[in-house]
Amino acid sequence: MVPSQVTTDVPRTLLRTPTRSDRIYRGLAIGTGLLTLVILALIGLNLLLQSRTAIQSQGLRFLTSNAWSPQQAEPSFGIKAVLYWTIIIAFIALAIAIPVSIACALYLTELAPRQLQKPLRSLVDLLAAIPSLIYGMWGLLYLQPHMIPFATWISTKLDFVPFLRVSRPSFSSSALIAGVVVSLMVIPICTSVIREVFSQTPQGEKEAALAMGATRWEMIRTVVLPFGRGGIIGGSMLGLGRALGETIAVALIISPIFVIRPSVVETGANSVASLIALRFGEADALQRSGLVAAGLALFGLTLVVNTIAAFVVARSRSGAGVDI
Amino acid sequence: MTVTAEGVTNVEATKSGALEARAVSAWFGNHKVLENVNLFMPPQSVTALIGPSGCGKSTFLRILNRMHELVPIAQLSGEVLLDNEDIYAANVRATHTRARIGMVFQKPNPFPAMTIYENVLSGLKLTGTTVPNPDEVVETSLRQASLWNEVKDRLDSPGGALSGGQQQRLCIARSLAVQPDVLLMDEPCSALDPTSTRRVEETIHDIKQRVTVVIVTHNMQQAQRVSQQCAFFLAEENQPGYIVEAGLTTDIFGNPKDDRTNDYVNGRFG
Amino acid sequence: MSLTTEQRRSTAATTPRDRVIQAASALASGALAAVITTQVLPVTGPVPFGLTWLIAFVAIYWLAVQQSDDALAARDRIMTFVITTGAAMVLLPLVFILGFVFVRGVGALSVSFFTEDLSRTGTLDAGGGLQHAIVGTLQQIAMSVVMAVPLGMMTAVFLNEVRGPLRRPVRMFVDAMSGVPSIVAGLFIYAVWLISLGNGGSGFAASLALSILMLPTVARTAEEVLRLVPGGLREASLAMGATEWRTVWSIVLPTARNGLITAVVLGIARVVGETAPLIMTSFGSTKLNANPFNGLQASLPLSVYQLLSNPFAAQQQRAYAGAFVLVVLVLTLFIITRVLGNRKSGKRTRAFRLFKKRSAS
Repeated sequence: MVPSQVTTDVPRTLLRTPTRSDRIYRGLAIGTGLLTLVILALIGLNLLLQSRTAIQSQGLRFLTSNAWSPQQAEPSFGIKAVLYWTIIIAFIALAIAIPVSIACALYLTELAPRQLQKPLRSLVDLLAAIPSLIYGMWGLLYLQPHMIPFATWISTKLDFVPFLRVSRPSFSSSALIAGVVVSLMVIPICTSVIREVFSQTPQGEKEAALAMGATRWEMIRTVVLPFGRGGIIGGSMLGLGRALGETIAVALIISPIFVIRPSVVETGANSVASLIALRFGEADALQRSGLVAAGLALFGLTLVVNTIAAFVVARSRSGAGVDI
Repeated sequence: MTVTAEGVTNVEATKSGALEARAVSAWFGNHKVLENVNLFMPPQSVTALIGPSGCGKSTFLRILNRMHELVPIAQLSGEVLLDNEDIYAANVRATHTRARIGMVFQKPNPFPAMTIYENVLSGLKLTGTTVPNPDEVVETSLRQASLWNEVKDRLDSPGGALSGGQQQRLCIARSLAVQPDVLLMDEPCSALDPTSTRRVEETIHDIKQRVTVVIVTHNMQQAQRVSQQCAFFLAEENQPGYIVEAGLTTDIFGNPKDDRTNDYVNGRFG
Repeated sequence: MSLTTEQRRSTAATTPRDRVIQAASALASGALAAVITTQVLPVTGPVPFGLTWLIAFVAIYWLAVQQSDDALAARDRIMTFVITTGAAMVLLPLVFILGFVFVRGVGALSVSFFTEDLSRTGTLDAGGGLQHAIVGTLQQIAMSVVMAVPLGMMTAVFLNEVRGPLRRPVRMFVDAMSGVPSIVAGLFIYAVWLISLGNGGSGFAASLALSILMLPTVARTAEEVLRLVPGGLREASLAMGATEWRTVWSIVLPTARNGLITAVVLGIARVVGETAPLIMTSFGSTKLNANPFNGLQASLPLSVYQLLSNPFAAQQQRAYAGAFVLVVLVLTLFIITRVLGNRKSGKRTRAFRLFKKRSAS
């Protein structure tokens, strides 16, 4: 046989003809993969559809009005005050949770005795799995009675601070108490994300710092914290998403108000999620539509926050292999 | 024990940077990895630690600047004298010891978030030392590590952007900036190509005027090229490592007393 | 190895001298705090005293170490103290919360709690139970598992085995979905299943909402587990002529079995205490309803929540007992994941040791 005379190298096209079972399998897998996309799109679309009645009835006032009185003859309702309180509660929660979570994560990765590290890690993971209902219940039945004297004291001593001034001496069911409870709920979640990132700090860099005579804290400050910056931001954003969407812990504690005022220690606060939970049972069609519209706003807010979190973590040096 | 080093006779005890290990043993948990190691590392010269993998050379090196204890289950006995003072004494801080005895690792590990300039000064910053002339320190250190000419125009670029060999010399410059008395090097060339290896060896040759160098190496030629003294470590299976023979490099390679040393330096095992 | 002459040396970071400084600072700051709380501050009591003591200790300890050592050592010691105290001040209250629910809950448990419902029990009466809620929770969780687990597993297989250009966006959407607030998932099912499709509230509607929350947890955990299956196994199977589908079904999934069970358990743990989405899907009830497809249905978290909004002692007792059962459920699920995880890692270390032994000889 004469060898074929190939003069130029042409890469061959590789033909792949999958078997029928493989075609079905691939189709199914791709289909379910896309299902999440479909569900997310459906959620947004349906919420939009169901909130149409409310938005048509209120127009832009839905975003700019404080009052929530959909059952009046002239229904008028807006979520400005509710959004304000949602953000205040989330802010209080994060102001407590972020520094404390960083401290916890540093303790777990750098300071804790070796025998303690594994059990403590398990403990934090367990606490992250405890339902928020339990935290809310504890906040309502234990923390609130114990915190009222503290809130009273701080408010009378520091009443020149607008956030702590009250118009009448009533301190239960406040944004502060709700924020503290939400912070307790968020701390384990933030801690486990941040700890995960800290634990991936390259040993070589830590040893390089120590080998030059750095103290442990200087090593943490120059190596661990800069390396974990992405994880800290990502973990905090994740916590923010949780805090914004938290329903039950807040609903159990606050007593709803629909005005914007600075004081966080006085009775009364609100949040989008707890508004939905508290009003849904008694609501008529128009109000339900309004609640769905509020839910849509919450959905958009958390989606933005979580997307930024994922983006920050993925972009950071430490985040490549970390899930939030 | 007095070892005569290249050109230097009779080491005086007052000279800064003499390092001596006395009866050092080490454990990881219950597993003993080093047995009764005695070694004098004279100042202003290079001491090479050679031996097959797993014989405790690196452990010994890490004992010399108290990095050993960073492994939670690590223990040791004996003493290590820097200028006749025990670095494990109760009143000596590990941080102070490490500032005087620098270390260069197998894998180059410059701080990636810092620029080249900041990397060189990082040791000073970490130990809270302020210098009146940081620019000068950076230039001197980089010159000593023979890196200055390559990076003088881009001191502001990140340390991680350099090639592997340059990174390793940056790490050497970083260690030299704190003006240590001793520099420990743990297989500093094992991750480098031949050209970079040669540059690092030249650097070692230059800096030994100022600091005592102790280097762990697997490369017999390298040990012969850079060192004046040599210590040959060996460990039988599941037994702790110990020094078979130590002395002048020329003796270890040219006229070893022990047959095992002879076999090892001639490449017959290990 | 019986060398009595070898004295193992202490390399502890804290020397006896440090301990003396620590103790002295604690004493001095304690005295100072006592003076301040009794003489200067308008309030007395253990909490103000404790706080003042902490602040005084940090200041005095810092000064002391700075005198005896240097500024950097002082900063190191203070930060170590602050971080450790911070961690303790958080972990202890969190553990306390668990203990609180446990102690109160055990006290409120009774036999009737598991055998009766609340349809004939008045709000002020003792007795009655949450049998209807336990049944509802079990049914709703079971249905969510049936719906979410296959989908989650398939998504994980898609992300890790099929790959393809859609992988990145899908991964992003799974991440986004795991951030959806639970109440929004409930609103979604309400809008679609109840309003658009005209169904009534039921246990099934609740489990639809719960599976939306469960799906991303299962998918992400399972994906991580599949990533740990060595690529060599897949190639070995494909090289023998197996189809991709066979490879995944007979090689990859069985290899990752423990991890996949963990993914399911984590998914269950994610939703077992969810309350918010149930408010608008199953609505809750006081009567036993064993048919999840028809009629309102109670469940543990929802019942606890509804009981808590009631100020009467008997209702709160029942809420404590319900919360206790819920925590025990979560704890059990958690322990299962740990046992599975340990078994896996145990295998790995044994294999690792074998490997080391072989490569050493």
